[in-house]
Amino acid sequence: MLFSRTLLRRHSVLPGFDLALGFTLLYLSLIVLVPLAAAFLKTATMTWPAFWSAVSSPRVVASYRLTFGASFLAAAVNAVFGLLVCWVLVRYEFPGRRFVDALVDLPFALPTAVAGIALTALYSGNGWIGRWLPFKVSFTPVGVWVALTFIGLPFVVRTLQPVLEDLQKEIEEAAATLGATRWQTFTRVILPILTPALLTGFALAFARALGEYGSVIFIAGNLPMVSEITPLLIITKLEQYDYAGATAIAVVMLVASFAMLLAINGLQAWTRARQGR
Amino acid sequence: MSAAVSEGRRPATPSTTEPAWVRRSLIALALVFLTLFLFVPLAAVFVEALKKGLQVYWAAITEPDAVSAIRLTMIAALVAVPLNLVFGIAAAWAIAKFDFRGKNVLLTLIDLPFSVSPVIAGLIYVLVFGLQGWFGEWLRDHDLKVIFALPGIVLATVFITFPFVARELIPLMQAQGTEQEEAARVLGAGGWQMFLRVTLPNVKWALLYGVILCNARAMGEFGAVSVVSGHIRGQTNTMPLHVEILYNEYQFAAAFAVASLLAGLALVTLLVKFLVERRIQRSTISV
Repeated sequence: MLFSRTLLRRHSVLPGFDLALGFTLLYLSLIVLVPLAAAFLKTATMTWPAFWSAVSSPRVVASYRLTFGASFLAAAVNAVFGLLVCWVLVRYEFPGRRFVDALVDLPFALPTAVAGIALTALYSGNGWIGRWLPFKVSFTPVGVWVALTFIGLPFVVRTLQPVLEDLQKEIEEAAATLGATRWQTFTRVILPILTPALLTGFALAFARALGEYGSVIFIAGNLPMVSEITPLLIITKLEQYDYAGATAIAVVMLVASFAMLLAINGLQAWTRARQGR
Repeated sequence: MSAAVSEGRRPATPSTTEPAWVRRSLIALALVFLTLFLFVPLAAVFVEALKKGLQVYWAAITEPDAVSAIRLTMIAALVAVPLNLVFGIAAAWAIAKFDFRGKNVLLTLIDLPFSVSPVIAGLIYVLVFGLQGWFGEWLRDHDLKVIFALPGIVLATVFITFPFVARELIPLMQAQGTEQEEAARVLGAGGWQMFLRVTLPNVKWALLYGVILCNARAMGEFGAVSVVSGHIRGQTNTMPLHVEILYNEYQFAAAFAVASLLAGLALVTLLVKFLVERRIQRSTISV
């Protein structure tokens, strides 16, 4: 094993590296990098005042506030309930556990438009769930939060699951032997171990929610200044042939996405370091 | 809850689990959350689809516009999935079996489409191929259409589903190492022979799931396709876009009927994932 690894670093007996890497880089550039660069280059042709007014008009700022706020709240709720769901799935036996476990991934696989119309129907005034609630959900910012919570649901569960499964019982036994109550063991021993993965899951759910479009536009009502998300605003600008304005907002969102991607990479490295210990 | 554990002479529960009532309440709470946010929305799709009876359901999924939407969705997936399959295998081969500088950067770049909003994914292709875009005039002069036509829909779909196959393959192929392939080479196997007889059989289940997931996402993509499609009914409408149009026209039963086909696809995807995970688990245990 060690031998083959050291051998590999110098040269490998395996063929196809040049072809595989070459094709990978070419395809990546054509499909992802060059088109993404188009967004930045388009913005570079704008003057600074034009760019600034496009990305900071009151309607756009209101959409940032809603998009980032609702995404944050949805990710936070998913962090709490994701931890709960993961804990229950890993630690407890109950009828239908494997069925529930398999269905957690539904938001990954279900098309966003389908999720959107289903949630809208459920949470509208006469829907199955909406009729029991004392406040309006569909066509309000709360609806945006509901859709984003649905979309982000699997992230925390799936990032925590392997860490919780690998957690050694001995650590908890040691804590109990040393006189810790179960609650103390959880908050002082288990939770600190889970924290990096929990934050990673939170960040993944948050990043996904920032760009989400399909599930939100049905339930949001899309009132300017109130329940209009940023991705929808990009589409609205496009439909008005304001390509520069749409691209300027897109660049702001792209920068936010890249920042999240870097944060997630850092968190994942932290998770691995913790687990390796 | 802690009193029973720390003070009781014979604790009812071992020190590494919780009392039964805590366990039951946590399970109940988790299930209530999942019911509200997961199970009920899924059930609602099928209930709403069949609300007006099987005849309306059947009519909704067999009317010409729906059929053309289904056909377009399938064509887009049939082009996009194989492209990303080839890319996924190539990327996984280079990344998992070789060491080279910049590997982590490459991995991050492959993940990039995950963190880009679908709307922006559509927008960037409009900037490249749209009438005001880089190739806009050239395309118009040569009577070619990318945006508001099939090629644009395929490109947007490829972008959105870009990482899926690669992401399934890379961790597995990294874990499997290179010994088996090296043995095959030493025993005289050619490059393709080694790939087809050793590498491919080792990853076939993960590959299958990657393809199925990629396919589900390709068929269900909404935001990116919405930007580049132009929404021409019967021509450039995919299934999710058709769902949107029906819904906005208050044809709820029909919208949910078409949506139920996509929800069924999602359920099949989850079933395949469940079976594949069991396979992989079993094979790693037997090794």
